[in-house]
Amino acid sequence: MATVSEYSVMSDQRAIEFQALSFSYGDRQALKDVSFDVGEGELFSLLGPNGSGKTTLFRLLSTLITPQQGALSVFGKDVIDQAQQVRHDLGVVFQSPGVDGKLSVRENLAVQAVLYGLSKADARTRIDEVCGQLGITDRLNDQVDELSGGLRRRVELAKSLLHRPRLLIMDEPTTGLDPSARSDVWNYIRQLQQTTGMTVFMTTHLLEEADHADRIAILHEGELVALDKPEALRSELGGDVIAITASDPEVLLKKLEQHDGLSPRLIDGVIRISGTVNSQLVSDLHTCYHDEVQQISVGKPSLEDVFIARTGHRFWGAS
Amino acid sequence: MASQSTGSSFIQVTQVLAWRELARFFRQRNRVVGAIGTPLFMWLLFGFGLDQSFSVGNSPETETSFLEYYFPGSLVLILMFTAIYTTISVIEDRQAGFLQGVLVAPVSRQDMVAGKVLGGSIIAMIQGMLFLLAALFLDVDWTIVQVVSLVAILFIASMMMTCVGFSFAWKMESTQGFHAIMNLVLMPMWLLSGAFFPVPNLGTGQWTQDVLHWIMKMNPLTHVVSLVRRFLYGSDLLAEGFWEPSLWTSIIVILLATALFYGWALRVCKRRNTGDLK
Repeated sequence: MATVSEYSVMSDQRAIEFQALSFSYGDRQALKDVSFDVGEGELFSLLGPNGSGKTTLFRLLSTLITPQQGALSVFGKDVIDQAQQVRHDLGVVFQSPGVDGKLSVRENLAVQAVLYGLSKADARTRIDEVCGQLGITDRLNDQVDELSGGLRRRVELAKSLLHRPRLLIMDEPTTGLDPSARSDVWNYIRQLQQTTGMTVFMTTHLLEEADHADRIAILHEGELVALDKPEALRSELGGDVIAITASDPEVLLKKLEQHDGLSPRLIDGVIRISGTVNSQLVSDLHTCYHDEVQQISVGKPSLEDVFIARTGHRFWGAS
Repeated sequence: MASQSTGSSFIQVTQVLAWRELARFFRQRNRVVGAIGTPLFMWLLFGFGLDQSFSVGNSPETETSFLEYYFPGSLVLILMFTAIYTTISVIEDRQAGFLQGVLVAPVSRQDMVAGKVLGGSIIAMIQGMLFLLAALFLDVDWTIVQVVSLVAILFIASMMMTCVGFSFAWKMESTQGFHAIMNLVLMPMWLLSGAFFPVPNLGTGQWTQDVLHWIMKMNPLTHVVSLVRRFLYGSDLLAEGFWEPSLWTSIIVILLATALFYGWALRVCKRRNTGDLK
């Protein structure tokens, strides 16, 4: 599968090393022999549909659960043997909101500061700094329950950034946010990574989000199926992608397979043709199979095409 | 554990987590009222309702009204209800994600247990002290020693029950499961504590009374109720022909039980909960 490529390490220091990690919940194997590295300073996205094992990987990284097989280290420190040191380096944003609704923003942050061992003075400065950057200074005295989803996410981010972590990890941080709040979060994360050099690792099931990252890893059924820069993964497929929906896709597929140089694939009822695609081909196909074709479209290969090429499945399953 | 970062001390972490429990509890007014309201209502209802049919004393001079008899038990019930409400927050914290945040912070789980238990105990103690105000209307001669002793007993008993609640709550994924535990374990424990009826003596000739005697004797709550009664009224029920533990037995029993249940809470929290893995 995906080996450590030339892109894998952007600096000498490795922020995260996953080494042959496997994890099972009883009989169900959630992760199968996953190995890859994240370089220091990278903005890294772990992409995978629900149930692909990405949340398990995240929990292992967060030190909430410990590896059963294989090893996992953060800045060279093992998550089992040096858990406390690893925890100091980590800023964690879970998928479920970890802020306390009954407390004010400031109180939430003050509790966090004590948990991470900040002195009183340091805590005060950091609360002001982080809230200023996130634009929630005027909300410091509001009870968290009264805030909107987007603002609550920002409080959560503020909380995880308070102790200046070297590595920020987030599990689907934009889930449940509207598009504008989502892009807010993204802009902030990007800016933070660029100004502080902090490493960012996040999971997502949104294909368009993964595109923002420096590098992405794709998990499918517990296995690593792709690991590269988003554009590198896409260019691997070459050219454009044609998607055809037909009244009887099986029959049409047979006919298309007769043509030389075409490698059509039927995935969940949609015929997809990648490789050397041009507009002539599209109009030829449309003319030839006019009666059978219901819809024909051309597009740049998306991460979904990458996913399909690697797994033979559609990202979202049969729709 | 050599950590480069300064790190908070056990006391700082415990303090801040306990403070959070207090802030959360007293900001949810329905909880404050719920934990104190039901026992207060029951105390008045049973106290006045059963007054005619119940008598503990053999002679008119020593006779206790049911309102008086039932007061220590009601006080313990408030501690129990409050301890339950505060430890349910373990389940809520887990569902909300706050708990996971604490678990991945560079603090030990012992600090977390200490914070939870201390917070819960203080809350229960405060609620108990509020209810104690009702005792001003009872026939009690108040002294400073008596009040201090009562508050100390309230605190130890609160801690004992918070530890029990915590240990159950840690394993639970839903608050519904917790209510089942409450009905199956905690309520019977309370009913068999001498709160509602005194502990019968051995040798009454009825085996049911003997069984009841032994069960109630083993119940640490019996010793809490007995201590409260002792300090409140300055007398015990031995003279009335019922069993009552001695002062020092009770003190040793509740201290040992609290230590034991605290140890249980510390053990239990090392275990992973399946709720973290959904």
